[in-house]
Amino acid sequence: MSLPRTLITAALMGGIALSSLPLTATAQEQNPAVTARQGQFQIMALNIGVLGQMARGNTDYDAETAQAAANNLLTMSQIDQRFHWVPGTDNESIEGTRALPAIWEEGSQVIAIWGRFGEGAAALAEVAGDGLDPMRASLGPVGAACGDCHDDYRAEE
Amino acid sequence: MRRLVRAIILLATIGASAGWVLTRPVHITDDEVAALTGDAAAGEAVFWAGGCASCHAAEDASGEARLILGGGQAFPSDFGTFRAPNISPDPTQGIGDWSLAQFLTAMQNGISPEGQHYYPAFPYTAYRLADRQDLADLFAFMQTLPASDQASLPHDVGFPFSIRRAVGLWNVLYLRDEFVVTSDLTEEEARGRYLSEALAHCGECHTPRGALGAVDRSRWLQGAPALTGRGTIPALTPDELDWSADEIAAYLNDGFTPTFDAAGGHMRSVIANLANLDEADRAAIAAYLGRLPPSDTAP
Repeated sequence: MSLPRTLITAALMGGIALSSLPLTATAQEQNPAVTARQGQFQIMALNIGVLGQMARGNTDYDAETAQAAANNLLTMSQIDQRFHWVPGTDNESIEGTRALPAIWEEGSQVIAIWGRFGEGAAALAEVAGDGLDPMRASLGPVGAACGDCHDDYRAEE
Repeated sequence: MRRLVRAIILLATIGASAGWVLTRPVHITDDEVAALTGDAAAGEAVFWAGGCASCHAAEDASGEARLILGGGQAFPSDFGTFRAPNISPDPTQGIGDWSLAQFLTAMQNGISPEGQHYYPAFPYTAYRLADRQDLADLFAFMQTLPASDQASLPHDVGFPFSIRRAVGLWNVLYLRDEFVVTSDLTEEEARGRYLSEALAHCGECHTPRGALGAVDRSRWLQGAPALTGRGTIPALTPDELDWSADEIAAYLNDGFTPTFDAAGGHMRSVIANLANLDEADRAAIAAYLGRLPPSDTAP
């Protein structure tokens, strides 16, 4: 290969490499719907954690704190979910999510399960400030709703 | 030439006979179990530790329905799809007419009352390590459960894996009578080892498998591809699982990770079982996991 040709090849390859840089950066950015729903679940986990640590006996039960966490969970359950779950944001279509395509498929139970989370959160908020035992008993159904969804609609890590 | 043919036929006959002998079903006899009396009340803990309901109850069964062991759940694998049979006390469809010796033969040798080899999708490989008294208690407990008259479904396994007798050879290669973790353990850790290795069969999902589908004991509980084909089952070795013993024991009870993510998948069903055990037993499992050899070293 002559020198000019080598130079041209090198220049072209450099150009390709440069032009692909912003593309790569874009591909690594999270889809905003995915970021939003993951943030939502982190807020849920944080508040469940406040109650869960009390239920486990790792922190002392405090009525006001328990009520605040339960209220937050109830509020979370009332957020309209439609913008978090854009079709095409499953783990087969994009990176960075464990959401299975089954969420969007015929017969999906996710809306019913989310409804059970809401019912559980409402029942929890009713009693969370009334004492450790009632709070602990009402935390179970909330956790069960989380698990029901993770069972069939979230991929293993 | 004729001599050579004769020699070959002779060798082939010896080989085939040896194979036939090696793969013959070994039955535990009534005499061997005559001294055992099952205690149904004690058997309940064995039932939950052994995880029977996770496979033999209906999929997604919860509460009392987990005690109806009519079978039917499908388990995909590289060798075909296995279906859990009915092990409820129904005398026709289930195991209601089995003797204790037949039950132990199934649980510890992987052999049906008719002398047929079970596929090791059924973890007799683990239950083999269990105390016979515990299994007698389990058998007594299972007889108190509701009967289901649902017929067991056939497995969907293609040739050559459809030859059940070949499982006998597999057993020669892979059946073991020793625990995997053999280091010096405290009483609590040893209890955890018994629960994890002999009853709960954690290794079936958390340990990678070799070419013939056997759990690779040299990579014990080091994590594995999920049998569903979706993602990975995590490693439980202390270098990989950085939860405290208390966090592990609590997770096995309430299903929340240390960051209060809720367990999903098959582990959820495992937790529904283990939540029925004494707290000390969950702590024992956690203590045992803390003694696992780190990933990338052989036990």
